[in-house]
Amino acid sequence: MTALLELDGVSKRFPIGRRRLFASAPPPQVHAVDDVSLTVAPGETLGLVGESGCGKSTLVRLITRLLDVTRGTISFDRREISDVPARLFARDAARVHIQMVFQDAGESINPRFTAADAIADPLRRLLGLRGAALRARVEEAAEQCGLPRELLGRFPHQLSGGQRARVGIARAIGTRPRLLVLDEPTAALDVSVQVTVLKLLQRLKAELGLSYIFVSHDLNVVRLLCDRVVVMYLGRIVEQGPAQAVFDAPKHPYTRSLIAAVPRLDGMRPDVPRLAGEPRSPVDPDPNACRFHGRCPVGEARCGAAMPALRDFGQGRFAACHLAGEG
Amino acid sequence: MSAVLRVEDLSVAFHTRGGTVHALDRVGFTVGAGETMALVGESGSGKSVTAYAIMGLLEAAGRITGGRALLGETDLLATDLSRIRGRRVAMIFQNPRAALNPIRAVGRQIADVLLRHGGATSGNARARAIEALRAVGIPDPARRANAYPFELSGGMCQRVMIAIAVAARPELLIADEPTTGLDVTTQAVVMDLIQAMAVQTGMATILITHDLALAAERAQRIAVMHAGHVVEAADTATLLTRPLHPYTARLIAATPTAAGSLDALQSVPGGLPDLRGSTIPPCRYAARCERRLPACDGPLVTRSAGDHAVACANPLEAVA
Repeated sequence: MTALLELDGVSKRFPIGRRRLFASAPPPQVHAVDDVSLTVAPGETLGLVGESGCGKSTLVRLITRLLDVTRGTISFDRREISDVPARLFARDAARVHIQMVFQDAGESINPRFTAADAIADPLRRLLGLRGAALRARVEEAAEQCGLPRELLGRFPHQLSGGQRARVGIARAIGTRPRLLVLDEPTAALDVSVQVTVLKLLQRLKAELGLSYIFVSHDLNVVRLLCDRVVVMYLGRIVEQGPAQAVFDAPKHPYTRSLIAAVPRLDGMRPDVPRLAGEPRSPVDPDPNACRFHGRCPVGEARCGAAMPALRDFGQGRFAACHLAGEG
Repeated sequence: MSAVLRVEDLSVAFHTRGGTVHALDRVGFTVGAGETMALVGESGSGKSVTAYAIMGLLEAAGRITGGRALLGETDLLATDLSRIRGRRVAMIFQNPRAALNPIRAVGRQIADVLLRHGGATSGNARARAIEALRAVGIPDPARRANAYPFELSGGMCQRVMIAIAVAARPELLIADEPTTGLDVTTQAVVMDLIQAMAVQTGMATILITHDLALAAERAQRIAVMHAGHVVEAADTATLLTRPLHPYTARLIAATPTAAGSLDALQSVPGGLPDLRGSTIPPCRYAARCERRLPACDGPLVTRSAGDHAVACANPLEAVA
């Protein structure tokens, strides 16, 4: 099966500080995303997890082409899209097919748009729909998301959290995209509502043949929804593999600590050391040291001397750790 | 175990243009010394209002319409709290960066509390503030004491908040969603710290959270709130394995777990009732409940078997 989305060696750096005339050294740079390669197959859900500051959001903005890459290529449906400048991508044919659901629909929807306006906006701008055709497509998207027609005339503040989440999803699927990038779509919701939204996403994926990139803090939710998972730390992928396998037997010490930190209903906590401290600075990090070195509970001297490569452990599993066993 | 805090029949109403909202109705619970009790519920269930009422921090539209909150012999609802708040009861808020003063170095903010409530003198306040920063595990505390909140990460700011809250060794700490918005790894460390402080000082803790799993892991007792009622309270293991109130059972079934699948999860149907006016049903969950009986329209009675209390006319198991 060929990949729908393919990232090859993607990096994003942000220069900080002033660029000085005749400066001998280049300005310091934040290495937000560093050498990330991944694929998303048609119909697949890829989970993207990691702490805040690990580069998830930058990666998402690169994939949705709101930012330009510094290095590497992004291909969608076997066509390179990373060479289109971000400001021109809005008019690119692929824009229609890569859509995004933002974290809190209450914040991300124009407060002066009704639900119908919000859903219609991308249809107008990207597909040029007008009149009856536009109305029909808005109603179709709303219905697919279980949004009653009576609610379409309401403004965001007149909708409940769950209804707003549905508007955000309806807006994203209106253009009939093939890839949906979901950035913490249920973070603002109560558990009672979260379940219905997750089930809605699962149903839409099956019905419409969508692929998802699902960014979330909530590892329990990622485990429920995702086929594969990518774990990021300080801009780099430290582990990736089938979600169930990674959660059951993580290979990278960071993944282990991350999973162990998730509270569990049965109150049983795996016997894994706590991850103390904070990630190191992403400004010009040492290229010859593991990014996790210093915070890692099992690190050795060599971890500070050589950056571990992402190694293949078979069965779709990869981990970037000198000490990851073959088991 | 002696109760540090005993809340009885606490009722709070908010006067709004749209009518009077009866946000809390006869809320009651106790918290013992050294104990962590979790208040769990959806947004709008009244968890935070309960905390704010106890701390005397309700906004102007809010009125306490009945009840008592006994801290030892002192009724917090009928006392001037200015000498108690920060000294005998303290609170940690959800967004630590917003709760700290943005234009005052964190060390000075801790010193402020120590000077007012902690018996520090102007001569030793700074040294004690640095000591407090060290106690909450902030590396290089002498330097960080001069930092402003924006220079610290969210987890660090929450540590500073904890240092401020426990500075005067309070009898009761209220932690209102202390780790919401923090990474799980930071959450674990911050919660460890709160628990270590509780063990050290013997203070009682009320943990307010929407995350049932966090409550399960950190609290000895859980009280479940729904629309301004405490619908069920029990020790953690009992509440999770043998819930009596249908809402508690629903909440558990909606919480994603390590083992479950998405299909096994169930949502809680319906929403919170309108709490305005005088036509609020006696059981505020009845409209959402699949176990509703005619008796549910009668007065709501809280029954208890030992330590396990439930406010339901048709609980999942009979209560003696």
